[in-house]
Amino acid sequence: MSVLAALDLGLALLVVGVAAWTVSARNLFAAVVGYVAYGLLLALVWVRLYAPDVALTEAAVGGGVTGVLLVTAGKRLDALASAEIGAPPGRGLKIFAGALAALVAGALAWVVLTLPSTPPSLAPAAAEAASGPGAGLGNPITAVLISYRSFDTMLEKVVLILAVLGVWSVGADAAWGRAPAPLRKPEPDGAMILLAQVLAPVGLLIGLHIFWVGADAPGGAFQGGALLAAMGMVAMMARLMAPPRIDSRKLRLALVAGPAVFLVVGVAGLMLAGHLFAYPQNFAKPLILFIEAFMVVSIAVALPMLVSGPPDGGAK
Amino acid sequence: MSDLFSLVAICAGVFFFFAGTVGLLRFPDSLTRLHALSKADNLGLGLVVLGLIPRADTPLAALKLVVVWALALVSGASTAQLIGRALRRGRK
Amino acid sequence: MDEFLLAAAGVIVLTVAVGLARILRGPDDVDRLMAVQLLGAGGIAALLLTAYATRVPGVDDVALGLALLAAFAAMAFLNHLDASEGESE
Repeated sequence: MSVLAALDLGLALLVVGVAAWTVSARNLFAAVVGYVAYGLLLALVWVRLYAPDVALTEAAVGGGVTGVLLVTAGKRLDALASAEIGAPPGRGLKIFAGALAALVAGALAWVVLTLPSTPPSLAPAAAEAASGPGAGLGNPITAVLISYRSFDTMLEKVVLILAVLGVWSVGADAAWGRAPAPLRKPEPDGAMILLAQVLAPVGLLIGLHIFWVGADAPGGAFQGGALLAAMGMVAMMARLMAPPRIDSRKLRLALVAGPAVFLVVGVAGLMLAGHLFAYPQNFAKPLILFIEAFMVVSIAVALPMLVSGPPDGGAK
Repeated sequence: MSDLFSLVAICAGVFFFFAGTVGLLRFPDSLTRLHALSKADNLGLGLVVLGLIPRADTPLAALKLVVVWALALVSGASTAQLIGRALRRGRK
Repeated sequence: MDEFLLAAAGVIVLTVAVGLARILRGPDDVDRLMAVQLLGAGGIAALLLTAYATRVPGVDDVALGLALLAAFAAMAFLNHLDASEGESE
């Protein structure tokens, strides 16, 4: 067995082990820590699968943003649990939930196992579109995302905005329009402030770099945006920055900028290039970068707003 | 020659990761474990980076390696400080 | 030489993975946090080594991203610990 194969096998076993442990952990904090470790390991797995684009996303979202989201959610759950102690689920409910989970897992396994040996695939068509005229990019993944399946990519960002709206709508009526609670209540340590002051500007640069090289090398709008979002949260955790009020016009404009610009350019494609979401051949690359720049803004704003939670009613 | 340098530096880096892990597992309390962790963080990664620098194709690639290490240093030092303070507060 | 780099990456990942036993044992939440920090540093080192051994483009950018986020989750965890301490005082 070559060194590489041994490395892959060890990594795979490790991922399964950490996943199993995360699911079975009883301590909430320990489970979240396990989940972050799991995200880190998955990033390594994606690199081994020759998908550095996905690895970057996993590192930023799986290891970073989701970890912070889960910690924040855990904190709120703790507060709820101390307020009202619900009855633990009875045996019947547990068996029912277990059976339901087994059913779903079984159905999924069945579907995977009965796939035809050469599954139907859009990959050749996508590869052709990515290398064809009108794509104009060196990175096939970005080309597929923005040229071949541009409509899906646009809708994904709309889903992100809907998710933010969903979080906001959970807040109390009286709190509507206010800012979410800060990510940290007491004043932070000097060390945390220093860390945020160093990381945030460097991270801004790296996020923009990842976005910019995404046209021709692994990277892209989502990865860059997610890194920028993480840096925004770093600044909020050190209280260098407070979450904005949710009725702020700037915030809302930034949220919708990505999909809106994408939609306008897409509709313009109808007149300029013959059909919806098509780009005129010679302008494909600048146009795609133009759209992506606004996408970066939307993603960088949406993710921290998701983590910050609903607007805060102030005194409880 | 540069291969030999890489070999030695990377082996030393691997050793520090190993030592850090042993420390994390075997040291008796959290503060001593923190001490072991910061060695692995800073020296282990630093030596690996040092070993890879001669293998970088362009000066920019080498600079990127150094930036990775610098980021890890800043993060490692500050989180170690924060963890230490959290521990001391917990003990009082 | 490439084989050596890969082997070094494998040894580092396995070593820090053994350190994850600290997540299991605890006893403090802080100890669990340290195990993840160690995994993060080891992961970055392993990524850099694989990047130079396999020459897959873009892997060094992944390492850069990971290094940037190394302290990110830890900051959130420490905030959480601080908050629970602060409320009990």
